Amino acid sequence: MNATPDRFTLAARALHWLMAVMIVAMLFIGVGMVATVSARHEWLLAIHKPLGIAILLLAVIRLAARLRHPPPPLPVDLPVLQKLATLASHGLLYFLMLAMPLIGWAMLSAGGYPVMLGDALRLPPIFPTSPVAFAVLRHLHSAFAMLLFLTFLAHMGAALYHGLIRRDGVFASMLPAPSRSIDGDREKVDADKADRPSAAPQND
Amino acid sequence: MHDPTPPRAPLRRIGAWSLIIGTVAIVAVAFGYVGGWLAPHRLTPKKLVNQLQHDAGTFAGYRRNHAKGVCVVGHFDSSGQAQTYSVAQVFAAGQHTPVVGRFAIPGGNPYAPDSSVPIRSMALRFMLANGQQWRTGMNSMPVFPVATPQAFYAQLQAKQPDPVTGKPDPAKIAAFFAAHPETAAFRAWAKTARPSASFATESYWGLNAFVFVDAAGRRQPVRWRMVPEANDAGAATTPGGADYLAVDLAERLARGPQRWQLQVTLANPGDPTNDATKTWPDDRRTIDAGTLVLERSAPQASGPCRDINYDPLVLPAGIEASDDPLLPARSAAYADSYLRRTSEEAHLPGTAAPKPEMSR
Repeated sequence: MNATPDRFTLAARALHWLMAVMIVAMLFIGVGMVATVSARHEWLLAIHKPLGIAILLLAVIRLAARLRHPPPPLPVDLPVLQKLATLASHGLLYFLMLAMPLIGWAMLSAGGYPVMLGDALRLPPIFPTSPVAFAVLRHLHSAFAMLLFLTFLAHMGAALYHGLIRRDGVFASMLPAPSRSIDGDREKVDADKADRPSAAPQND
Repeated sequence: MHDPTPPRAPLRRIGAWSLIIGTVAIVAVAFGYVGGWLAPHRLTPKKLVNQLQHDAGTFAGYRRNHAKGVCVVGHFDSSGQAQTYSVAQVFAAGQHTPVVGRFAIPGGNPYAPDSSVPIRSMALRFMLANGQQWRTGMNSMPVFPVATPQAFYAQLQAKQPDPVTGKPDPAKIAAFFAAHPETAAFRAWAKTARPSASFATESYWGLNAFVFVDAAGRRQPVRWRMVPEANDAGAATTPGGADYLAVDLAERLARGPQRWQLQVTLANPGDPTNDATKTWPDDRRTIDAGTLVLERSAPQASGPCRDINYDPLVLPAGIEASDDPLLPARSAAYADSYLRRTSEEAHLPGTAAPKPEMSR
C-alpha cells in the first residue's frame, strides 16, 4: 500500500471510484426500473440484483480495508460543524451501501421470490416469507435509496467544495494521482496559509 | 469587504460555486427524469394500477386485477417431451413439481358475480426441486385484446365509469375499438364467449410468447396453454348465485383431482412473438409437456396463493421472456399491485385496512 499521510491508499481510492460508479448506476437503475413498463424494466432488474450483491461484497472489503488503513486526517482548520457532517455522511454512506443490498435480498425473500442473480444462479432466502415484512422492507428499500441519493449529492457537492473552494487537499487525497491543478496537496496549502494567515478562515 | 485576496478571487469563487451547484442540480434532475417524477407522460406501473382502481374501485388487501379468485394446490407431472427444447427442470422426464395456483375472473372487484365476465384465468407457481420457480398467468381466451401496454392503458381509460351514470361510456369504448383494429380477433372471440359454469372445463392460454432454451443454448419461441380433461362444458347449466365457480371447483375436487394437459406450441421462424393479439397458424407443432393435477382448493383469504405475485417473468433457467412488450408491463404492474396489497396487509400508514373477514 502506498499510503501517505495525506492520501488514501491505492486500494481505498480504487474501491472508492469503482463503487462510486456502481452505486450511482445502481440508484439510477433502481428508480428507472420501477418507473417504466417497457422492456427496460426487465433488463434493468436483471442488472440490479447481481450489481447489488457485488456492491455488498465490495462494501465489506472496503470497510475492512478502511479499518486496517484509516483515512488521512481532515484538515485541522476544518470547522467543527463540517467535521461532524463529514463523519456523519461517511458513516451513513457505509451503512447504506451495506444495508441496501441486504434489505433488497431480504425483501425478495419475504415476498417469496426466488433471488436469481442470473438465469440459473440463485441465492438462498435470508428472511422467512411474510407479506407484512415484504411491504415494510420494500418501502424501506425505496426510502433508503432516496437517502443514499441525497447523501451522495451532499458528498459530491462537498468534494467539489473542498477541491474548488477550500483547495485544502481533501479532494486530491482521493484522486488517482496527485493533482495540483484542481486541488493543492495539503503541505502546499498549509504553507500558503502560513504565508497569509488572515486569508484562510475567510475562504470558507 | 476587507478580504485581502486579489480582486479576481470573488469572480473565481462565483464560478466555482456555480460549477458545484450546477453539477449537483444536473445529477438531481437526471435522477428525477429517470425516476419518472420529471417525465409525467411516461406510462408507469403506478399509472396502470391507478387506472385499474379508477375503473373498478379500490379494495384494500386484494389484487388490483383478477381480484376475485380461489387458491388451488397440486402438482405437475412432466411427460419429458419438452426437455428436448428446454433445460427447465420442471420438464425433465418423470419430474414431479409441486404447484400452488389460483383461478380468478378479471376485474378489480372481488365481489363481482362470476357471470359478469366470460373470461376465467389460471395462475400457477411451479416450485422446482432446484429452488428455481416458474410463474405463469393464463386466460381462457386464445388472444389478448391489445398488443402493447400503451393500448392496454388506453383500453382501461376507455372503460372508466362515467361519474354521472356510474357506468362506462359506450361511445368511449366504441372509439377505443375503432382506434385499435388489432382488437378484432379478441372481439370476434368475445362475441360467442359465454361465462362458463366451471373453472375446470376451460382451456387457459399463456397468450404471450416465451422462449425455450435447450442444453446447447438453442432458442425456440413457444406459447403454451392448459387443456382440460373435464369436457362437460356443453351442459348448458345456468348456475345460481354470484360465487358458483368456487363452489363448483370444490365439488369437483371433492370427487377427485382435476387435470389439464400442458400443450406447448413451437413457433416457426418468422411467427410473431411480440404480438399477443395474433395466434400462430394451426399447423404449428404442439407437444404435450405433461399433466397438471390439481388436488384441492382453498379460499384466497387464507389459502397458500394469497401472498404470491403471479409475475410472468419469474422464470426458471430454460424458459426466457420473448420480445412481447406486454410481459415487462405485466411484471412491473403486478409488482406495484403486490406492494399495494401487502402494504395494506401490513397496515402501513396511508393505506386502507383490509376488511378482516374477507381479506383477499
